[in-house]
Amino acid sequence: MTNIQESEWAVKCEKLSKTYKPDIQALKNIDLKVSPHQIFGIIGPDGAGKTTLFRILTTLILADEGKAEVMGCDVVTEYEKIRRNIGYMPGRFSLYQDLTVEENLKFFASVFGTTIEENYDLIKSIYQQIEPFKNRRAGQLSGGMKQKLALSCALIHKPKLLILDEPTTGVDPVSRKEFWEMLRQLKEEGITILVSTAYMDEASLCDAIALILDGEFLKIDTPENIVRQFEPTLYSIRSLQRSKLLTDLRGLPAIDSCYAFGESTHATVIHNQISPEALKKYLSEKGHTDLEVVPIAPTVEDCFMELSKQMHQN
Amino acid sequence: MNSTNKNEHTHPTPTNGQWKTFGSFVQKEFYHITRDQTTLALLLILPVLLMILFGFSINTEVKNSQIAIYDPSNDVATRGIIEKIKASDYFTVVRMLNNPAEIEKQFLKDDLKMVVIFSDHFYENMQRTGKAQIELLTDGTDPNSAMTVVSYASNIIGLYQQDLFKIQQIPFEITPSVKLMYNPELKGPYFFVPGILGMILMIICSMMTSISIAREKEFGTMEVLLVSPFKPMYIILSKTIPYFVISLVNLATMLLLSVFMLKVPIAGSLFWLVTFSILFIFLSLSLGLLVSSIANSQLQALLFSGMVLVIPVVMLSGMIFPIENMPAFFQWFSKLIPATWYITGVKKIMIKGLGFTSILPELGVLISMTILLIGISWKTFKYHLE
Amino acid sequence: MENVIEVNNLTKKFGSFTAVDHISFEVKQGEIFGFLGANGAGKTTAMRMLCGLLPSTSGKGLVAGYDINTQSEQVKRNIGYMSQKFALYEDLKVWENIRLYGGIYGVPEPQIVSKTNDLLKRLGFENERNTLVNSLPLGWKQKLAFSVAIFHEPKIVFLDEPTGGVDPITRRKFWELIYEATDRGITVFVTTHYMDEAEYCDRVSMMVDGHIEALDTPKNLKQMFHADTMNEVFQKLARKAQRSDS
Repeated sequence: MTNIQESEWAVKCEKLSKTYKPDIQALKNIDLKVSPHQIFGIIGPDGAGKTTLFRILTTLILADEGKAEVMGCDVVTEYEKIRRNIGYMPGRFSLYQDLTVEENLKFFASVFGTTIEENYDLIKSIYQQIEPFKNRRAGQLSGGMKQKLALSCALIHKPKLLILDEPTTGVDPVSRKEFWEMLRQLKEEGITILVSTAYMDEASLCDAIALILDGEFLKIDTPENIVRQFEPTLYSIRSLQRSKLLTDLRGLPAIDSCYAFGESTHATVIHNQISPEALKKYLSEKGHTDLEVVPIAPTVEDCFMELSKQMHQN
Repeated sequence: MNSTNKNEHTHPTPTNGQWKTFGSFVQKEFYHITRDQTTLALLLILPVLLMILFGFSINTEVKNSQIAIYDPSNDVATRGIIEKIKASDYFTVVRMLNNPAEIEKQFLKDDLKMVVIFSDHFYENMQRTGKAQIELLTDGTDPNSAMTVVSYASNIIGLYQQDLFKIQQIPFEITPSVKLMYNPELKGPYFFVPGILGMILMIICSMMTSISIAREKEFGTMEVLLVSPFKPMYIILSKTIPYFVISLVNLATMLLLSVFMLKVPIAGSLFWLVTFSILFIFLSLSLGLLVSSIANSQLQALLFSGMVLVIPVVMLSGMIFPIENMPAFFQWFSKLIPATWYITGVKKIMIKGLGFTSILPELGVLISMTILLIGISWKTFKYHLE
Repeated sequence: MENVIEVNNLTKKFGSFTAVDHISFEVKQGEIFGFLGANGAGKTTAMRMLCGLLPSTSGKGLVAGYDINTQSEQVKRNIGYMSQKFALYEDLKVWENIRLYGGIYGVPEPQIVSKTNDLLKRLGFENERNTLVNSLPLGWKQKLAFSVAIFHEPKIVFLDEPTGGVDPITRRKFWELIYEATDRGITVFVTTHYMDEAEYCDRVSMMVDGHIEALDTPKNLKQMFHADTMNEVFQKLARKAQRSDS
């Protein structure tokens, strides 16, 4: 039957590996547990293995090794059950460019044996925004509108689990913000959302995240915990002489790493080896003006950078 | 927005209404085809274009055709026939030849449509044995007008014979023997029509089906469809339906053009011709499905179906080059090409006017091939992306 | 300082739709100019006009001293271009890519050879000369793509979302490359969806519905809109947008 029993984990992966020929290892022995009714983010750059993981979970490809379950169903033996109960939005918005907005939605509804009317309440708030353009061909929509249509299409059969592969890539900050608001509403409806993104700032909008790089998870936890576990001391530094600032900081042995971060520069300090005051003094001697050095709490992006550096050192 | 409890048990049961879903798939395919009007127009015009091309390259208009006459007898009868030929609108006698060696040379030089060659002692033979011979030598590279020219000439000779009969009351028989230069098999529209039918149906069915499936793979929509509960094989099958319809339209266009424009009548049963063609369409569609499971991009599908399916039809199925003249290997190979059997079958029904029983071998081969191909594509169809 | 780009009332209409509506601005030599806006605001159209790919409906534009409408050939010869979507031929080797771009921009043959050697040395890619681009790590590819875009020493380089989908460290290292280039006097015109990168620009323009709504240094923009970050500035400005399609 079509209904799946409520299971403990929305997604459970054990020792999952996938290698593409000749020897590109997309996933390296990963473990993952996602509990239901939350927004879970897989965060990492292009080529980290996000799409491979999602394709295994959506039963589109088979893993070489390991086991994966989606809502308690095995991705290999029970793939038909899974396909019936998930909504999937692949990386490239998979819409028919030559069909109109309404035709696309109607078609995807019938693919899942349902109608727009039957499930209108779920997609209403999203679809209403693009309904004025329902007779326009999908190919002529802007990025933000395509995204809304694709989301409507993925939701039309009321899936319990929604898998979104980089839904916000190439979308401007305003549309991205709107999109995350929509996801939060869907979570309220009881839908579990598994979403991947390359934008680190979106991590804080998830209930839990997994940081992924080169086919491995750097960390799986809530964003708050990840930030809390950040070990080195972090300073935010401002100076009028920005490009010189990086060179000068890198000349200091106490500074482990430093990178531009918006309007300031973030520097990690090994074991509190230098105080903000001492650093300020050092920099002003180097000729920096309008200096500001403050210890700050890290962002998920700082954590990602630190963890990826550790991974490369190992 | 509604709260959580509303969507607990409203899951649709996709097993119901599979047909409805299938219907909306087919509808979607028709949308794709009608939205891309350039391609649709090309698909519908292509057969017409080919037919016209063959039709007009073979000139059927016969008026003032330039002919030459070789008359070694120069007697009452031959002069009488020559007078009648000269009097007709159809022919202009440009040259009287004096010796048989000139015939071929003048044929090329004067661009002659026909040379009328009387036998020696024409009237004498006619009187003595009641039989006389005229040879009508025509240009076989232009088979259609050759046939027309011959039939006009034969008519004129027949008329002369009748006139003579009225006067003399002796039964004569003048037998015009027809000889063709350059194209002794007389390959004309009669022979090209079945070939074009085979080629067009193969192009539309296998090439277009495989391309449209590859397009879904390329654009990423296949990912979403595969993740849906709908049986993937039906997704593919739904793609074949619009091309099946277009093939039927093309079949009708081509048959109409062949009958009314190229004047190639359907000698045998129309019913069996259409049934036989539909079988070939099924076969081509299943070939297209097979290609689509191999090809991952539209370009691959195009090249693959073009090179592996269409070119052999053109080169090896006997459409252009007679199979009998091929090396043994290719003769054997041509037996593996479905279109070879189709073209032979169509020739039997359409041109030769033979009955249903005559195409039983072709029918048998095509049916087995279709079953085999559908079986293979069903087996090789991938339920996963890779 | 010399202006490398001068745009005056530049407008582009597609039928009744005005994609770019009377924009005017200047970019100085050696400046990093951030060109921001929502999807569909007209950024791509404006950038195409500046690169000499699209004639304008009205208005005037000078890029590297050449008129974008009447001297588009010279404009193209004096600019560099790079985008994340298309930068290098993945199935060509490193040196083949460099050679190709050198050839496209008419760099003389002997110069290509010596400059290729210099470039590979400077990037530390001497051992990768014969490596296929698709087997290079992403960060290296970006370095190479950027170096190739400025191989012919253009006065200005256009970067169209150069860092989309790139990991945080590689992204920052890329910006350090940009700084190095501006130190050599190259002007950088860049679009991005990362608002932290807007802070790295000397000046930023914000496009909304075909107009330039704001243009100033990040610091002044933040003051003007009472915002802490450029993201806030962007949100405040882009929310005003009426149209949402491109």
